Amino acid sequence: MIPAAFDFVRAENAEHAIALLGEHGDEAKLMAGGHSLLPMMKLRLAVPSVIVDIDRLDDLSYVRDGGDHIAIGAMTRHREIETNAMLAEQCPILSHVAGKVGDPQVRHRGTIGGSIAHSDPASDLPAAVLALGATLVAQGPDGTREIPITEFFTGYFESALTETELLTEVRVPKVPGAGWNYQKFNRRAQDWAIVGVAAVRNGTTGVALVNMGSTPLRATAVEEAIAGGASVDDAAALAADGTEAPTDLNATPEYRQHLARVLTKRALEAASG
Amino acid sequence: MTITVNGAEHTHDVEPRTLLVQYVRETLRLTGTNIGCDTSSCGACTLHVDGEAVKSCTMLAVQADGRAVTTIEGLAPSADELHPMQEAFRQEHGLQCGYCTPGMVMASVSLLDENPNPTEHEVREGLEGNLCRCTGYHNIVKAVLSAAENQGASA
Repeated sequence: MIPAAFDFVRAENAEHAIALLGEHGDEAKLMAGGHSLLPMMKLRLAVPSVIVDIDRLDDLSYVRDGGDHIAIGAMTRHREIETNAMLAEQCPILSHVAGKVGDPQVRHRGTIGGSIAHSDPASDLPAAVLALGATLVAQGPDGTREIPITEFFTGYFESALTETELLTEVRVPKVPGAGWNYQKFNRRAQDWAIVGVAAVRNGTTGVALVNMGSTPLRATAVEEAIAGGASVDDAAALAADGTEAPTDLNATPEYRQHLARVLTKRALEAASG
Repeated sequence: MTITVNGAEHTHDVEPRTLLVQYVRETLRLTGTNIGCDTSSCGACTLHVDGEAVKSCTMLAVQADGRAVTTIEGLAPSADELHPMQEAFRQEHGLQCGYCTPGMVMASVSLLDENPNPTEHEVREGLEGNLCRCTGYHNIVKAVLSAAENQGASA
């Protein structure tokens, strides 16, 4: 399969990418590693007429100490996040989850910014950054702004980014010593999660769900129950509350709801251990 | 675009939508890199871009502009000598029908670059992006472990 024809423009830097987005409007899509967008283009699920190539914006590939947080450049590849020593120490759930994305070949190309901006509810990293309570930095024609992760995912493959904004940085809290766990339930090693659950316990408890609705989701009912003193068992029983689990070849909504409850229990137990 | 493939520089005009695997197979006529699933699942099209294994069905040729690509044809040091990974696949009978083999070998070389002494479990995890439709994984894993051992012995 070969994608429909498009024009390919290589951005020299972030400002150039933003200018190109302004020039081409909603005809244009940014492509980083291309491992989410290109498969969709091959299937004609996405038919952009202009691709703005940001694959070479290497100055957006970094992992830095930001004081109370770790700042990760949007173009940082999954492989780097998986193997980065600072993240392993300060935010191990992110390294672990990055290592669960696709397979090694995919992780050599895919980027954290691309994965989050793509806003796929079945994707691993969005759940991890949701459970962590990350902050995103977006750059547009008028400068940069911070977006709390809880306000970022607005719909099915839709985010709070405007047409002329580029996601530039992901800020995750330092949580050394926090309890954490990621449950990814799938049938084959490299598949998307049928359901996934990310949990971070660091005084407060963050729980996020993969593939349980049209966006990556916080399991707010579970979080509130834990905050109110409920047991792990009682809280996990609420994992499917407020979700709209999709149906597909792998699972019915009812099966996904069951998985969400079981996996949330496992994740919370492991994160409490 | 200008691309270095197996040490030789090539310059071609390509349509932006040309996939890297298509460019390598159809323009350069290097047909050792196979197309299997065409959906970045099976790994048959694995080659190296700047030394890292990637699935060439999920990369545009223009994304490899200026980069160094190695395909299965470029792995062996000479026409008479196999790359140690190819030799290990041969010794351990790490192939049946052979369709997945170029991708398996390229992924395995990249795996040992990143982890020279993997456990059996790490080899299996490291090859999760490559499917063998004959299900001949056992000898493939043996081959990679044997290559790692030989590499350690010669280093």
